[in-house]
Amino acid sequence: MAILRVKDVSKRFGGLKALTDVNLNVEENSVHAIIGPNGAGKSTLLNCLVGKLMPDTGSVLFDNNSVLGLEPFQINQMGISRVFQTPEIFGELTVMENMLIPIFAMRDGAFRMHAYETITNEKEVVEQAEAMLEEMNMADKREMHAASLSRGDKRRLEIGMCLSQNPRLLLLDEPTAGMARADTNNTIDLLKQIKDERDITIAIIEHDMHVVFSLAERITVLAQGTPLVEDIPENIRGNPKVREAYLGEAA
Amino acid sequence: MLGLNKKDTSLLIIVAILTLLAPFILNPFPEGSAMAQFNAGYPDLMQRFVIFGIFAIGFNILFGLTGYLSFGHAAFLGVGSYSAVWMFKLLSYNVIPAIALSVVVAGLFSLLIGFVSLRRSGIYFSILTLAFAQMSFALAYSVLSNPKFNLTNGETGLQVYADDPQILQGANAPDLPHLFGLPMRATYTMDVGAWSFDFNAGYYLCAVIMMAVFYLAIRIFRSPFGMMLRAVKSNQQRMNYTGLNSKPYTLAAFVISGMYAGLAGGLMAAMDPLAGAERMQWTASGEVVLMTILGGTGTLIGPVLGAGFIKYFENIFSKINDNVLHSWFAFLPDGLEDAVVFLIHPFIGKGWHLTLGILFMLVVIYLPGGLVEGGQRLLNRFKRRKTGTDDAPSGKTEPAE
Repeated sequence: MAILRVKDVSKRFGGLKALTDVNLNVEENSVHAIIGPNGAGKSTLLNCLVGKLMPDTGSVLFDNNSVLGLEPFQINQMGISRVFQTPEIFGELTVMENMLIPIFAMRDGAFRMHAYETITNEKEVVEQAEAMLEEMNMADKREMHAASLSRGDKRRLEIGMCLSQNPRLLLLDEPTAGMARADTNNTIDLLKQIKDERDITIAIIEHDMHVVFSLAERITVLAQGTPLVEDIPENIRGNPKVREAYLGEAA
Repeated sequence: MLGLNKKDTSLLIIVAILTLLAPFILNPFPEGSAMAQFNAGYPDLMQRFVIFGIFAIGFNILFGLTGYLSFGHAAFLGVGSYSAVWMFKLLSYNVIPAIALSVVVAGLFSLLIGFVSLRRSGIYFSILTLAFAQMSFALAYSVLSNPKFNLTNGETGLQVYADDPQILQGANAPDLPHLFGLPMRATYTMDVGAWSFDFNAGYYLCAVIMMAVFYLAIRIFRSPFGMMLRAVKSNQQRMNYTGLNSKPYTLAAFVISGMYAGLAGGLMAAMDPLAGAERMQWTASGEVVLMTILGGTGTLIGPVLGAGFIKYFENIFSKINDNVLHSWFAFLPDGLEDAVVFLIHPFIGKGWHLTLGILFMLVVIYLPGGLVEGGQRLLNRFKRRKTGTDDAPSGKTEPAE
């Protein structure tokens, strides 16, 4: 069953057609990659899924509920978590606090005036955060300021923060952009592990073919704002249309 | 203790001891000595220390935690003062209903202003709050003061007149602000040798209230709510994508800090039953920003230190005049004495703002964390020197297994 259905989504910015009639189904518990050359509309599509942009036409259904017109925090509460191209974490806060915030958000909702409680007394939340840090191999860094972490660790922390909310759909926007090879491979291993251990659907937007072919179970190729093909990785590799889209860009 | 960890408890105890013993601590010089003018232990100034301390603690909950810089908090202070004086006029000179109403009215007023201003962030938010505060000032100064509807009494300032109703004022109650009969101006003076210490009822009321709201501020800083406010400052994008709505969090912080400001305004009126529009002017809003930054933004004790520092300068430095300088430098030869006095002259008396400005620049450039950072650096240097000598021998005696 498809957990995310994108139907006839179009979006223009003035005279520029960023997306034209995009149709896309992401199956539950799969890893679905969306690839395409620069300017294909990958980021625009992602922003339409998380409430940052409102498409001009079409519909986006998550688990048969429309996400259009909702605020990012409401979409998150439905079970969609997003990992950004450059890790978005709370830099001035400690690693532990970074992990506590999403868990509080899951327990207490979008707003709660818990101004007279003390964090250390919230045993359950603290335990969950500690367990998640343990899972991410970051327990020794819990008192560090998140801004002082290495790039790879920031990414790990961000993914951990998303996972701590047990999302049903994890959206990753070029998760290895700007990373060294070793960090990229670590991230791939981490994502593989997540996929194996959890009931989770992963949608990934990526430039790096190495990452895409190591992870994806299905691939959609976007070119000039429309899906070109959608298939399993083996068939995408040799597809002449895909080659043309990429080579055409290079030439 | 009281749900605080060890470090916060000791901070609270230190603040309690300092405020309760302030009449001694602020009067270290004997009466009539040359240094007596540096004494700050007189009721009026001590009251201002704690009242502006409350104002700055509240401002820091907004600015220090969420990073939203409001340039209009004096409006809430002014609204608090007006509300308190109206309670004096209508009910009685008892300060409890006056202070309670000032907090409530300032809370409602800040809810309104915050709701509109918080639609924007950064510099636009600051400008919106500034605009609102200046509008409030204009309302108080002229618009809401006409013969048909006189809410603020304009230029003269709102005060209590003999023909005001004061329906609950008892026949024997003091004819000035009091706490169940204890006048706020009641002062007991203790003379010890050449020293004299003033214990003022109004000061102690303000001090007790300040300790209570300081405790509340510590609780907010350590709560999940406080952590969310720091998350607002750090990364609103991540916050919104984590399922949190940052708007009600910032609005709650804005209203809390507005209520602190209203409380400060109410206490000001309780000490001296007058409310003037100048309390709402933008210079007053700027002052609390200076206090917070000077003391240490986002720290617990910083704003209180900053408030004390600025109020001390305002009251003590502004009182030094040329005659005082001449008496200090009388030991110098005549020509030199005049030259020294001439050089120092611009920085004292009415020129105290110049001294404050220079000190503020020095703090911002060399101690971005304010006076608190200065204190921490001194402490660390002291500690390092201590542990540096302790470490060396212990390193040798450790077994090498």
